Amino acid sequence: MTEEELAELLDQLCPMHLMLNATGHVIEAGGTIRKLRPDCSVVGARFLDLFEVLRPRRVMSMEELLDAPDGRLHLRFRDDPQTSFKASLAPLAEGAVVNMSFGISLLDAVGAYGLSAADFAHTDLAIELLYLIEAKSAAMEASRNLNVRLQGAKIAAEEQAFTDTLTGLKNRRALDLILQRYLAASVPFALMHVDLDYFKTVNDTLGHAAGDHVLQEVARIMVDVTRSDDTVARVGGDEFVIVFPKLRDRKQLDAIAKRLIERLETPIGYNGEECRISGSMGTVLSDQQAGGEAGELLHAADLALYAAKHGGRAGHRFFDPSMTAPPAISSAVPRDRMN
Amino acid sequence: MHGLINRAIQSFICHNYGRECWLRVTEAAELGFVEFEPMLVYENETTDKVLVEIVRDLGRNRRDLLEDLGTYLVSNPNTESLRRLLRFGGVTYVEFLHSLDDLPDRARMAVSDLTLPALELREYALGHYTLTCQPGLPGYADVMTGMLRTMADDYGALAILDHKGATGGAEIIEITLIESSFAEGRSFELGARAG
Repeated sequence: MTEEELAELLDQLCPMHLMLNATGHVIEAGGTIRKLRPDCSVVGARFLDLFEVLRPRRVMSMEELLDAPDGRLHLRFRDDPQTSFKASLAPLAEGAVVNMSFGISLLDAVGAYGLSAADFAHTDLAIELLYLIEAKSAAMEASRNLNVRLQGAKIAAEEQAFTDTLTGLKNRRALDLILQRYLAASVPFALMHVDLDYFKTVNDTLGHAAGDHVLQEVARIMVDVTRSDDTVARVGGDEFVIVFPKLRDRKQLDAIAKRLIERLETPIGYNGEECRISGSMGTVLSDQQAGGEAGELLHAADLALYAAKHGGRAGHRFFDPSMTAPPAISSAVPRDRMN
Repeated sequence: MHGLINRAIQSFICHNYGRECWLRVTEAAELGFVEFEPMLVYENETTDKVLVEIVRDLGRNRRDLLEDLGTYLVSNPNTESLRRLLRFGGVTYVEFLHSLDDLPDRARMAVSDLTLPALELREYALGHYTLTCQPGLPGYADVMTGMLRTMADDYGALAILDHKGATGGAEIIEITLIESSFAEGRSFELGARAG
């Protein structure tokens, strides 16, 4: 095969080839290579002046280039844009043929040089690789969006699971967790059990919608009279528990209870009707029950609440170890029965 | 049915007929949700119900509607990535047509659980082709007709497409290429990735 025939063949099959002469100068260049450097003449330039050889290291001459193991090269343009290439070198009787590909720099190269499918050999997987990059990016994006939505849904579900949906207060589950946390960390706290008085009457005479409205107002009042790090939870139909971390001052707790009763007794308007309720409270301090468990504390607060109800509604009592539950009243019995 | 297909239907209805219409359709089809997730797989009958309700709501011919869906998929900026992926098939419309044989494989390469029925292009005279769409995806050939017609514009080719109907389960689309470079077409740069 003559040199001309070889050049023709390479032009057809390898748009990214270079033919070098014995001195290491470029004597032929494929169409795509010429397109990468439209302003300078690739043909006639010394190969090692155009490209830096990244691997193998320290290739400074044509002889060293020809010595590259299996003719495998990693190259980089010396001038900008410094595109890198994979290349295979095959020696000729005089000189060599170098066939190049973009390898991993493909995506940057098609952008930098505005290449099209026609610039690649038909057998080159470049187009398939570009297709895959785009397809996988689009699929990844869709998956990422799904993950973000699922994450949002998960947070919303957890939020709901700890929230009483009617009032927006914490629910029983949340209360149990908070109590466990305080007990485990030995944070002292006061636990106040609040039961609405006359709520059943509102429900019976004005209907459930009025009752719901009253509960929402009550929730607002409770949040109002407590501090931001206190926990207000709705634990039953008209039963609430307030946890006051680091508060053991009985006077202060009593004052909060009185203020709460006062606010609860302000008539709540609903559709032109006035809903009149009140509340009774029982409070226990976490250190009143040595080694106390959450259940015991809730029970103690319950006993104090019962004592408050028993002593005439709209009252507040602190738990006292002499308090015992009457047979008919326990925390499992709906408090409405007492109204 | 793959979520990508369901999502494509949702996107098409919302864009062309408004979200109100889509909400009516999901309600009537008793989906229990209003958003299809593109990366999840749904029961085939879910898609069937949605299509039935769309046709009922819009009072349109089902096949025309599916053709419009095909047009939407390759012409709307919302789904530009799909148009770009199709353009990777070939430099000219004819090359693109020939690449359709590989379309199901290409789809699977992108999303491994997206299965499309086989397509087969035959050139029976110069500029005259038939595309055989194998069964498995109801309305496939209708959507394909809309897509191919719009892709002809995309390449700047002048082509006439005719859905010839079904023969033994498979559906045939007849494609007559009148001129391959009739107009400029839309540009396609390998490096310009759709955002």
